[in-house]
Amino acid sequence: MTFPILPEQASKVAEQTDNLYWGLLCISAAVCLIVFVPMACFLFKYRNGKPADRTPLHLPELKIELTWTLVPLLIFMCFYVWGAQNYFQVERPPPNALNIDVVGKQWMWKVQHPEGNREIDELHVPLGRMVKLTMTSEDVIHDLYLPAFRIKQDVVPGRYTTEWFKAAKLGSYHLFCSEYCGTSHSLMVGHVIVLTPAEYQAWLTKGQPGSTLAQSGENLFRELGCSGCHVGKSVVRAPPLEGLFGKPVPLSDREVVTADEGYLRDSILYPAKQIVAGYTNDMPSFRGKVSEEELLQIIAYIKSLGSQTPVREQ
Amino acid sequence: MNATLPQTNTSEIPAPPRRLLTYFEEGGHTLGSWLLTTDHKRIGILYLYSIVFFFTIAAIAAALMRMELVTPSGDMVTSETYNKLFTIHGATMVWFFLIPSIPSVLGNFVVPLMIGARDLAFPRLNLLSWYLFNLGGLLAIYSIAFGGVDTGWTFYEPYSSAFSNTHVVTMVAGIFIAGFSSILTGLNFIVSIHTLRAPGMTWFKLPLFLWSTYATSIILVLATPVLAMTLVLVAAEKIWGVGIFDPRLGGDPVLFQHMFWFYSHPAVYIMILPGMGVVSEVIPCFSRKPIFGYHFVAFSSVAIALLGFFVWGHHMFVSSQSVYSALVFSMASYLVAVPSAIKVFNWTMTLYRGRIYLDTPMLYALGFIGLFMMGGLTGLFLAALGFNVHVHGTYFVVAHFHYIMVGGMVTGFLAGLHYWWPKITGRLYPESLGRLAALIIFIGFNITFFPQYVVGYLGMPRRYHAYAPEFQLYNVMSSAGASILGVGYLLPLIYLIWSLKHGKKAPPNPWKATGLEWQTPSPPPKHNFAQTPIVTQEPYQYSPEIEEELVHG
Repeated sequence: MTFPILPEQASKVAEQTDNLYWGLLCISAAVCLIVFVPMACFLFKYRNGKPADRTPLHLPELKIELTWTLVPLLIFMCFYVWGAQNYFQVERPPPNALNIDVVGKQWMWKVQHPEGNREIDELHVPLGRMVKLTMTSEDVIHDLYLPAFRIKQDVVPGRYTTEWFKAAKLGSYHLFCSEYCGTSHSLMVGHVIVLTPAEYQAWLTKGQPGSTLAQSGENLFRELGCSGCHVGKSVVRAPPLEGLFGKPVPLSDREVVTADEGYLRDSILYPAKQIVAGYTNDMPSFRGKVSEEELLQIIAYIKSLGSQTPVREQ
Repeated sequence: MNATLPQTNTSEIPAPPRRLLTYFEEGGHTLGSWLLTTDHKRIGILYLYSIVFFFTIAAIAAALMRMELVTPSGDMVTSETYNKLFTIHGATMVWFFLIPSIPSVLGNFVVPLMIGARDLAFPRLNLLSWYLFNLGGLLAIYSIAFGGVDTGWTFYEPYSSAFSNTHVVTMVAGIFIAGFSSILTGLNFIVSIHTLRAPGMTWFKLPLFLWSTYATSIILVLATPVLAMTLVLVAAEKIWGVGIFDPRLGGDPVLFQHMFWFYSHPAVYIMILPGMGVVSEVIPCFSRKPIFGYHFVAFSSVAIALLGFFVWGHHMFVSSQSVYSALVFSMASYLVAVPSAIKVFNWTMTLYRGRIYLDTPMLYALGFIGLFMMGGLTGLFLAALGFNVHVHGTYFVVAHFHYIMVGGMVTGFLAGLHYWWPKITGRLYPESLGRLAALIIFIGFNITFFPQYVVGYLGMPRRYHAYAPEFQLYNVMSSAGASILGVGYLLPLIYLIWSLKHGKKAPPNPWKATGLEWQTPSPPPKHNFAQTPIVTQEPYQYSPEIEEELVHG
């Protein structure tokens, strides 16, 4: 049995979270001293049976009350700002991160790398590189928790959520599901394995995937018949997809949405939900016809058709 | 506060001309006299039986979980059983013990006595709410006994409607019905405090327990209906496949969390405000001083109740809600901590230049302050967004809310139970055993739950049947502490029952306390007061310079 106090610190964010932790611990210790020391003194000094001056004092009650209302409020607001700053950094993925897809299902984590490599309950990442996880669930809500990086994010069915980290230390770290998801919730665990960039490259090559994620998506794109309408200049029945990702899309109800992963997903599964301006609702729904992993492959393909953050080709 | 009233004597209660029959004697000892009673005091005792029963079930579930968690591998029970155990523990403790604990037991007993009334405003409704509570409880017991429920007390979607094959619907129905009991009790308190106060008892002459009961009642009446709606929607989705929360049916699982926490966060304050009320009674009495900052303590209860409605989103910082709404919820969570801090400072200040008697209720009240502080301060940790991301859903959260709910509310309940025990039963409990139990509970509690903060920060997720080996030491400590805590809870159960027959007879006012409930015999007559008391003074007119002889068992 070991006696650890802090989990392993494997990123800058982990360090920042620990700093916030120490800050909060210090202020708590101070508050405890401010309350418990006088309390102990009073309990000792004014115990029944001890002679002491007990004549009531007329203290400036309002001033005292306002002091211990406003001073804590001020201190609380400092911690609010501190916590909010860290949160903004953690919640907003930086651009140009390496995107890795994760699909949670009862009770395993399925991972797809852009190069096409797949793994289960393990996540290999390169050291020193921003890694962004794009996550969804096949069934219930899960949560991908990496204690060594001090990050977690719910993995919600029906939508994409993201989390990011930049590993600063080589090693293998816990990966937990931290949203209760049924019988074997506590077995939905795995590891993040941080490799040097060279090792990572070697690991990718060793896996020898037949095709990259985008190529698999392209194959699906043809098999499912998407290309019949969305490709080619002759038939203009469906909106073109080249350069679409990340761009604003005007809709027939005059709304404008950004073509992100969530939009693409909804357009494939619920085509009637958002109709692009100038088009009619001719597209069939692909609900039940594509798995979550296949959806992510198709999205990777659409992204590769020209976007602000092009998918790396081998 | 009311300058027109003379502030000379204590409340003028003429001595009763003859010995009145107590509420035990009048009406008889038959089962019918209890089951059909509309006397608030008897109903309070009926609730006491019910909640002790439910507490026992939930505590056994906790004991089994702690035994399982001694070793990292899930080797004592299966995962299914473990999941059912924490669901039983959570759901039963929250809805069938904590929420009714102080309001329905002690509140029922003392609220009419404290306002100088003969009963609550709606005595029959009061009895109905006990029956509804037990009906709900029976359904919950049925779900537990005939297969159990494995969703956790939070019933998160879409797991509970689409994936769990356990008795979700009956459990949800039980909680739904028990919710009406909460609503009726809250309504009864609000109306009683508004309309039945004794002559002269203005709002600012109300004892602080009544302010906190009033604030609690607001939450009971306003928040519980939202829980009821949410549970009906879960059942509708599960039974008829109406798509509300399940994304495969076009629903939104995060919507469930919004609706659930819109009730359940205010409900957290149902589980602490009454404890604060008890402490605000006990601290002045056993330090023989008027409470410091009466108005601030009173209004802080109301502030907590109102602000408590605007912080539900802090349970959802990693649920994929927008970062901007998280900002708002984080700030509101810091704001709601301010009134709690005000209370702690005022309680501490009350001790200054007092005459302190370290009797059992006082020991529990002091324990409450300490444990509530620990729970409250770690609440500030959790409200910090960046910190929350790491510890959300870990044992850090488990430790935090147990410090508030067990360290706070259960300790507050025991403080109140010991404080009013002579009034309720007419008997004194054995003082030395009382102090010993208070000490054992305090120590056992800290050994149980403090290690959970550490193991939570280390990253151990909650609701884990099996865990990584490096977390073991803290889990062993926690389980060891739980057995000490168990002994601590058994002691009062034994000596309080013992005192019913063998305890010394209690005088009307053993603690020389000022509230109206102490101005009538112990136990009180059926209609509480021989004559309606008239209030002329502010509450807590104690003077620390006079040495009082408190009566002990």
